[in-house]
Amino acid sequence: MSPAGHVTRTEAPLIHIADVHKSFGKVEVLKGVSLDVAKGEVICVIGPSGSGKSTLLRCINALVPIDRGSIVVDGQEVNDPRLDKLQLRRKVGMVFQQYNLFPHRTAIENVMMAPIHVLKQDRREVESRARRLIAKVRLEGKEDAYPGELSGGQQQRVAIARSLAMNPEIMLFDEVTAALDPETVKEVLVTIRELAEEGMTCAIVTHEMGFAREVADHVYFTDRGVIVEHGPPREFFAQAKDPRTRQFLSQIL
Amino acid sequence: MDLTPLWEWFRWLYGATGVKLTIFYDAFDRQRFFDGFLTSVRLQAACLVSSVVVGVVGAWLQGSRLKPVRLAVQGYIQFFRNTPPLVQLYFFYFALGYYLSYMTDEGLRVALVSNFAWAVICLSLYAGAFNVEIFRAGIEAVPKETIEAAEALGYSRLRAYVYILLPLAFRISLPALNNNLVNLVKTTTISYAIAVPEMLYVANQIWSDEVNVPEMMNVLLVIYVSLVGVVVWIMHKWERALRVPGYVS
Ligand SMILES: Nc1ncnc2c1ncn2[C@@H]1O[C@H](COP(=O)(O)OP(=O)(O)OP(=O)(O)O)[C@@H](O)[C@H]1O
Ligand SMILES: [Mg+2]
Repeated sequence: MSPAGHVTRTEAPLIHIADVHKSFGKVEVLKGVSLDVAKGEVICVIGPSGSGKSTLLRCINALVPIDRGSIVVDGQEVNDPRLDKLQLRRKVGMVFQQYNLFPHRTAIENVMMAPIHVLKQDRREVESRARRLIAKVRLEGKEDAYPGELSGGQQQRVAIARSLAMNPEIMLFDEVTAALDPETVKEVLVTIRELAEEGMTCAIVTHEMGFAREVADHVYFTDRGVIVEHGPPREFFAQAKDPRTRQFLSQIL
Repeated sequence: MDLTPLWEWFRWLYGATGVKLTIFYDAFDRQRFFDGFLTSVRLQAACLVSSVVVGVVGAWLQGSRLKPVRLAVQGYIQFFRNTPPLVQLYFFYFALGYYLSYMTDEGLRVALVSNFAWAVICLSLYAGAFNVEIFRAGIEAVPKETIEAAEALGYSRLRAYVYILLPLAFRISLPALNNNLVNLVKTTTISYAIAVPEMLYVANQIWSDEVNVPEMMNVLLVIYVSLVGVVVWIMHKWERALRVPGYVS
């Protein structure tokens, strides 16, 4: 039951990752990763801790520079030294495991800040958009709460709204439910699923296998810096071929 | 409001007890002491503001990607932290001040920078060196993930500093900043040494003329306690105004 079954792979992919290598000091974290994400496609990346999932996502929006290979986002080479990072980052939103909200600003201010500070958009226009986004993530009434006054799940939804306020074409989610209580995981996943259903291109790193199965068009399994196996979720979860994938799935399911 | 009765009371006090507070009943002393007081307050206000600016800019430069910039900031901090402020003041006034002056046709040496300005420059740099360190400690206490989130939203390094890093670091730094600024208020008295007509300087003139050293000393102490109290009170108000619900810095 792939919600975005309409995805066609004929046009150029929105994200094209080819043979990406990345080391931190002596540790090679990515050892030649390649994958494509089409417009409107939702991919999930799963894999054991330390396999380089976060690093891969952070390479896509140039938070981490790559050593070798190529990442092209919407026609823009991310590895190009002349890259306009702002151009890239307004296209690519990112949500983190620890929410990373700005603790000195209220929920709605968190959502409004970047469009005003970075894009120099009109404050009133941004505010009405921010209110819509806060409502979209089901946080009406919490506009004026500070992050410290919100639960983890609520903070994470503010973080999603904050990212959406930049009108991105791509959203990166890095284990966004890993720090949450089981009860609040669901409310965040619902928000992400809605986005995916609206056609947002998403790259999701997650340990929620049920969610991955439901929302993804394509699932990637990474281990020690390489993509071991990938495929549409139904096949991937039912008949993984690689023993490493099998072992990982048996541990986590 | 006519304060004459008050002034006269101090004249009576002198007659009755020998406590000689000419700064109240002698119009000339009153005027010069009041001028000295204003000079002190102006000096302190200028130094407080510019030392904080120095701290903010220095902490920003300290995070620069360019090594020479970081080294320059480090050198500046070491110089001002490890030498006595009075020696710094003399250095600025006599050494640099000499080069920043010119000779008129009549053979008079004219300074381009006033004593007051030298005191502000020197003391701001002195206290600013400590402020840089104080802000840096605050900046280091801000989780780097918070800054990464800002970067991911397209913030440049400067914008992230102004809108996110600094406001958070500032809150963390306030108690230490508080101490340093109180110290600065007290240290402004060393500008006495280069004849800035601030309170200590005029008090000295007055006690030389009137031979009332103990009285003037007490007056100075009381005024300084009050001035420091005002600074502490303002900082406290500020701290409360910046307090964020649910956030412990
Ligand atoms: N900035 C960094 N400097 C040095 N090493 C790093 C850095 N970021 C990540 N690493 C290392 O790279 C490896 C991969 O990290 P990464 O965070 O990408 O893994 P992950 O798959 O996201 O793991 P997890 O599931 O625990 O989040 C780890 O061994 C980590 O210690
Ligand atoms: Mg990770």
